Amino acid sequence: MNLLDLILLLPAAGFLAVLLLPRRNPGAARGVALAVSLAVFVLSLALAAPVWKDGSTMQFVTDADWIESPAIRYHVGVDGLGIWLVLLATLLTPVCVLVSWRHIDRRVKEFYAFLLLLEVGLIGVFVALDLFLFYVFWEVSLVPMYFLIGIWGHERRIYAAVKFFLYTMAGSVLMLACIIYLYNRTGTFDYTSLLAMINAGDLILSRPEQLLLFLGFFIAFAIKVPLFPLHTWLPDAHVEAPTAGSIMLASVMLKMGTYGLVRFALPMFPTAAREFAWWIVILAIIGIIYGALVAMVQPNMKKLVAYSSVSHLGFVVLGIFTFTQAGLDGAVYQMLNHGISTGALFLLVGYLYERRHSLEIADFGGVATAAPNLSTVFMITMLASIGLPMLNNFVGEFLVLVGSAQVDFRWTVFAAIGVILSACYMLWLYQRVFFGETPEKVREKVYDLRPREWAAAIPLVALMVWMGTVTKTFLPPVSARNAEILRQTTVNAEFLVEAPPGARGAAAEAVEVADAR
Amino acid sequence: MNFLDAIWLIPLFPLFGAVLMFLIGRRLDPQPERSPEALEPELAEAMGEDAGQEHGHHPRFAPTRRLISWICPGTVLVSLLFSIGAVVQLAGLAEKAHQVILYTWLAGLPFHMGDGAVGRFAADLGFLLDPLSGVMILVVTFVGFFIHVYSIGYMGHETGYYRFFGYLNLFVFFMLTLVLANNYALLFVGWEGVGLCSYLLIGFYFHRKSASDAGIKAFVVNRIGDAAFILGIFMIFALTGTVRFLDVNQALHGLSAETAGFGVLSLTALLLFVGATGKSAQIPLYVWLPDAMEGPTPVSALIHAATMVTAGVYMVARSNALYSLAPETMAVVATIGALTAIFAASIAFAQNDIKRVLAYSTVSQLGYMFLAAGVGAYWVAIFHLFTHAFFKALLFLGSGSVIHAMGGEQDMRKMGGLKDKIPTTFWTMAVASLAIAGIPGFAGFFSKDEILWQAWSSPYGSKALWAVGTVTALMTAFYMWRLMYMTFWGECRADEHTKAHIHESPPVMTVPLTVLAAGSVLAGWLGVPKAWAFLPGSFHAFEHWLEPVWVAAAHEAGQGAHEAALEWALMGLSVLLAVAGILIARYLYVQRPELPDRIAEASGPLYPALLNKWYVDEIYNFLFVDGLAKGGGRVLGRFDQAIVDGGVNGAGWMTRFASAVSGWWDTWIVDGTVRLIAFAVKMISYPVRFLQTGFVQQYAAVILAGMAVALGYYLIK
Repeated sequence: MNLLDLILLLPAAGFLAVLLLPRRNPGAARGVALAVSLAVFVLSLALAAPVWKDGSTMQFVTDADWIESPAIRYHVGVDGLGIWLVLLATLLTPVCVLVSWRHIDRRVKEFYAFLLLLEVGLIGVFVALDLFLFYVFWEVSLVPMYFLIGIWGHERRIYAAVKFFLYTMAGSVLMLACIIYLYNRTGTFDYTSLLAMINAGDLILSRPEQLLLFLGFFIAFAIKVPLFPLHTWLPDAHVEAPTAGSIMLASVMLKMGTYGLVRFALPMFPTAAREFAWWIVILAIIGIIYGALVAMVQPNMKKLVAYSSVSHLGFVVLGIFTFTQAGLDGAVYQMLNHGISTGALFLLVGYLYERRHSLEIADFGGVATAAPNLSTVFMITMLASIGLPMLNNFVGEFLVLVGSAQVDFRWTVFAAIGVILSACYMLWLYQRVFFGETPEKVREKVYDLRPREWAAAIPLVALMVWMGTVTKTFLPPVSARNAEILRQTTVNAEFLVEAPPGARGAAAEAVEVADAR
Repeated sequence: MNFLDAIWLIPLFPLFGAVLMFLIGRRLDPQPERSPEALEPELAEAMGEDAGQEHGHHPRFAPTRRLISWICPGTVLVSLLFSIGAVVQLAGLAEKAHQVILYTWLAGLPFHMGDGAVGRFAADLGFLLDPLSGVMILVVTFVGFFIHVYSIGYMGHETGYYRFFGYLNLFVFFMLTLVLANNYALLFVGWEGVGLCSYLLIGFYFHRKSASDAGIKAFVVNRIGDAAFILGIFMIFALTGTVRFLDVNQALHGLSAETAGFGVLSLTALLLFVGATGKSAQIPLYVWLPDAMEGPTPVSALIHAATMVTAGVYMVARSNALYSLAPETMAVVATIGALTAIFAASIAFAQNDIKRVLAYSTVSQLGYMFLAAGVGAYWVAIFHLFTHAFFKALLFLGSGSVIHAMGGEQDMRKMGGLKDKIPTTFWTMAVASLAIAGIPGFAGFFSKDEILWQAWSSPYGSKALWAVGTVTALMTAFYMWRLMYMTFWGECRADEHTKAHIHESPPVMTVPLTVLAAGSVLAGWLGVPKAWAFLPGSFHAFEHWLEPVWVAAAHEAGQGAHEAALEWALMGLSVLLAVAGILIARYLYVQRPELPDRIAEASGPLYPALLNKWYVDEIYNFLFVDGLAKGGGRVLGRFDQAIVDGGVNGAGWMTRFASAVSGWWDTWIVDGTVRLIAFAVKMISYPVRFLQTGFVQQYAAVILAGMAVALGYYLIK
């Protein structure tokens, strides 16, 4: 058993431990959850150094039999693509524990138990190397989130929880079908073996096979991202979820979709991925602009942030389907950025809700006078979210735009419109909530940040600055892995690329990329 | 000490001040407790800048506040000293460019470029000091320092003092980053950063809706330009494979100019220029600058007159190698510049708010700078930027001093006769107004005259551009002196209460005014007209200093054909027009003050159009804000709810409907059949039940009866 297994095991053990605690003592549940999640976070930091040195190969690999027939293996490992997402999950879990400290006051024990189970699922998704295991973790993460929304949510929680569950389920069943198809073709669920077969020419998926399999995986992932027009479960889920649920959902769960695209859909079905790229990019760009415009008119803060997520995730998908190094690097970076900054936005909106017991923008105003520190932190987060240079989102958006400009300059132009719009809705939100006269109710109820709230917010703000200024800390392992994935997308692929992508007006010539055989 | 290698420190000093204010500012300057009762006077104070100074209801401020007054201007002073040191040492170098690269900020793996070569995307955190950035850092730190000093007095009675200085220092940091950056990506960092500070400072009085509205407007309008700018950066990168200025210039050197038609180079240059129109408030993106006057007056002076708004001019000058390859775009730049100059000047005619007149004047003067850049005379553009920084900052600070004296009043119709009451303010502003009007000997004359001469004589110029510029010069002299005469001459039109309290500002404000006034005279003498051949070479120092920055083509264009007699004639004409403008203003506003109203009445729709700024704001609001953004958002929001989510809910409904149907089918048809069969069997078997009763006696009776029937049958037979 290596460190990675321990990191998976510990929150699972914590889940059981919290369940066994007496119900009378909610403090114990909080304490255990905080201790376990912090321990997991500290342990997971130790994963970073080896992966940083070599991001392109799998490290901390455990490959053991789980079920003999069908041959399902417990095969986990972490590389440059997964490492920061694992760290994101392990960082945000203690943050969520802190955020929920007072906010959650009924069924406390169960709440923290589900939070830890959610962590298991999320980490598992990012490290699983067996397709069946991946599917198991994918579903494991679904269940606690369903309960987090359904039990601790707001008024329409049942509707939102059921919608969330069924919508995601609908996609993942398609994925399962595709996984089983692959098993029938090859006799293995193992991702690395599958790739090895593809590379060796033992597994050649024909074009129609690829198209169908890709679509199955893609729909599952696109619902999770969520990509326009499959996004409407997201605003409902966010509005109804408790703060911690919103944070985990936006910051980590949405990344399961984009991670899946990069990890599975691209390398295994390159022909299909390239063929559909145009259409997917169009959906992504629609999502970028559409999400921003719809966000503009939302009267509810959480809904606004939810639609802004649709817009931001559009950037990620755009970056992925540029099939360029810069685009893919930017996409992965943007996943992390979105996790940090949108997580922080939900956190701060949660703070506002705890004070004023409302999510309606119209109920606020002049908060800057009542709570200057809260306003400052919100300001920094907002600036990060709208992509101000030297804060994290800028780097991701910049790289995505660089990548898309290499393929088609028009994509970049449209995506840049999204950047303009993001400033509009965020600044307008900020003005209506924080500026202006302070109404009586706000002055009475809205107090400034407390130490526990600072503790949850500071790591996120620090990361915004760090990721914005010192990209070298994070980018090299990601780049290394992405280079590998890009190379893999040329194997067993029959497609036409315009090569080289020419901004100079050089006549683009069609080049047939060689079949692996 | 080697200041050249320390240029990266120059922006960091003000950053230090900003971070300090951010961390401990509130402790140094504790804010007065805001009880509901206290809020009202405080708000009134915020609205009227410092209306109640003499009335003594200012909150008491902590003595530690003085520390802020030392730290924040101090950091800029240190930057100024370092800048002077660095520029002096730069002058001693043979190769007039010094690069300091700290580390790679953005890095990516190699990939294929447009021509098939392998490129590597990288952007340094690196700084470049050359004659151009040298001029810029001197302007920024020098003017910036004196505006900081002035602010000590101006903001002395305001709450949020630490916040103001923190933002101001942060601004200086970003501005210095912008001008010292050695590549486009880092320049963009400064570019966005100054926009952020502008947003924060415009909305400094955030209780006021108009202030936060103006802040958002500035940010969003700038964002539009920024988006184009960043697209331009990508194009540059695609063209040259680098974003470092020196390397870009080198790579562009090999390319030939796009003389025929509009190609990639022209597109790139145009995208950059759209970025510049946002930051430097040119048509069509100038609308944010007049509204930006909602900010405190020192902010208007520093950000919205002297430094930030000139960033676009700097960027275009910095990209001169690119523009010289794209003559079509240069024509666009010159035309937009000239149009903006005359358009904004026309609006300035009818404004009554003293700061708004200055704002439109700034827009107009920036137009002049782009006119110069567009005709290839980059050094003249920078020269005008240089002189303008002094006299326009002075005009704003002077207007601040006037507003201060008038107890927060900004409407010139309620001023008048201040000449003797605030003499220092008056004299310094008079110097600046003479400078901007173009009276010989004052700084503005030299730079403006050179622009007009270049517009006439440069191969990229034309008589039309010259004519627009010259008419604008007349208009400038008129509206500036309209401002002067309305403010300082005639009867004081303020109410008695205000009148009694008119006072000259304290030395901490008047000293900066005096220094800038000196600058407004002297700065021009670095670039006297070439026709003034009788002056020694050092009077042409500005042009020679900047020479190494320009690529050869642009430099030659800048020279033009020099005919001294013609130059003298044009110069004479523009001076005559300037004097005429001043005299007309004097006639209308001092000698016959009743005339302007009659002219306005007689002008028909023209005057209301000017007063309402040609209704551009209303049109933009209708089309873009309410139309595209909010309207589009609302429509899409409904679409999202009704169609997209409706589809999902519809699918859910369909599923439930289908299951209801299936349930019905299952209950009544499938199960129904089963039950029907059962029922039928039951029905069929029903008669049998009468026989099969299970009673033995009954069976015996039936047997007996049967036997009796059988026997009877045989007996009867």
